[in-house]
Amino acid sequence: MFIAIAIVIGVASLIGGYIAIHHEKLSVAVIASGLVSLFASIIFLLLAAPDVAMTEASIGSGLTTLIFFYVLNKIRQRND
Amino acid sequence: MIKKILIIGVLAVVGLIFFDLFNAYQGNESLSKTANYYAENGASQVGAANLVTAIVVTYRGLDTLGEVTILFLTAAIISFILKFREEDFMPNRSVRVTSELLDSAAQVIVPVIFMVGVYIFMNGHLTPGGGFQGGAVIASGVLLMIMANPNFGVSHKVIAVVESISGIAFVLIGVLGIVLAGGFLDNTLLPLGKLGDLFSAGVIPVIYTFVGLKVGAELSNIIGTISHVQNEKN
Repeated sequence: MFIAIAIVIGVASLIGGYIAIHHEKLSVAVIASGLVSLFASIIFLLLAAPDVAMTEASIGSGLTTLIFFYVLNKIRQRND
Repeated sequence: MIKKILIIGVLAVVGLIFFDLFNAYQGNESLSKTANYYAENGASQVGAANLVTAIVVTYRGLDTLGEVTILFLTAAIISFILKFREEDFMPNRSVRVTSELLDSAAQVIVPVIFMVGVYIFMNGHLTPGGGFQGGAVIASGVLLMIMANPNFGVSHKVIAVVESISGIAFVLIGVLGIVLAGGFLDNTLLPLGKLGDLFSAGVIPVIYTFVGLKVGAELSNIIGTISHVQNEKN
């Protein structure tokens, strides 16, 4: 059961990583990279490291995603 | 073509270097000497039910002080780099209207997120988590507030006061440890209490409360600064 969940999450985060690199819309890529962080935090939880999982969930998928979006917004403003 | 061959060559060499490391790796059957010391004496010397916290705050307390300093420097450098002149300020930038769902949900959830953050760092010596995790959770509450209301400004005065007080208090507790107890950041400054109680583990809950406030203030400051820069005229 544990291994099955881990494999599903691992495959999902690989797909997320591929989308983050290759998608042509940047906003989709940013969301995909945030999703990879979220899956990583679940894996940390499964590996019995709940404190690392908390940090990963709030910083990796929360703060970093928002900072990417702010930077994207700034670049778009400059290009207009 | 040559470029691709070069890349493959470099990858092969790096793989060869790491293969040796990977091949020689064996998992430990038992705890190492230091880990064994912590596992045996952690509960009796420090009194924290969460051994990770005992190591992070007491045995390796000086490193934690260094980490907090690094985070402070990062926040300061980000504020410094993203500074812009007053006349470039654009007070009414056009923002998309926040959806009703996000707006209402934020009003309900933000206080709960703050409460969870405070719970995490207050119980750092009992349950997983601690000052850094609690601070990050608090910062994500501030993030939700900014998302629901993009013109919400994080008050620099409040952040400066919270951060200075908690930073000074952290160092002060450490120095008091030299004077009144065994050494810098010694946690027997306060009585150890019963293992597993909220008021136990000596000075750890106090230190982690200050670390949590400090980390929360610093991360909120980073978010606030980056959100403020969006108002810069191009």
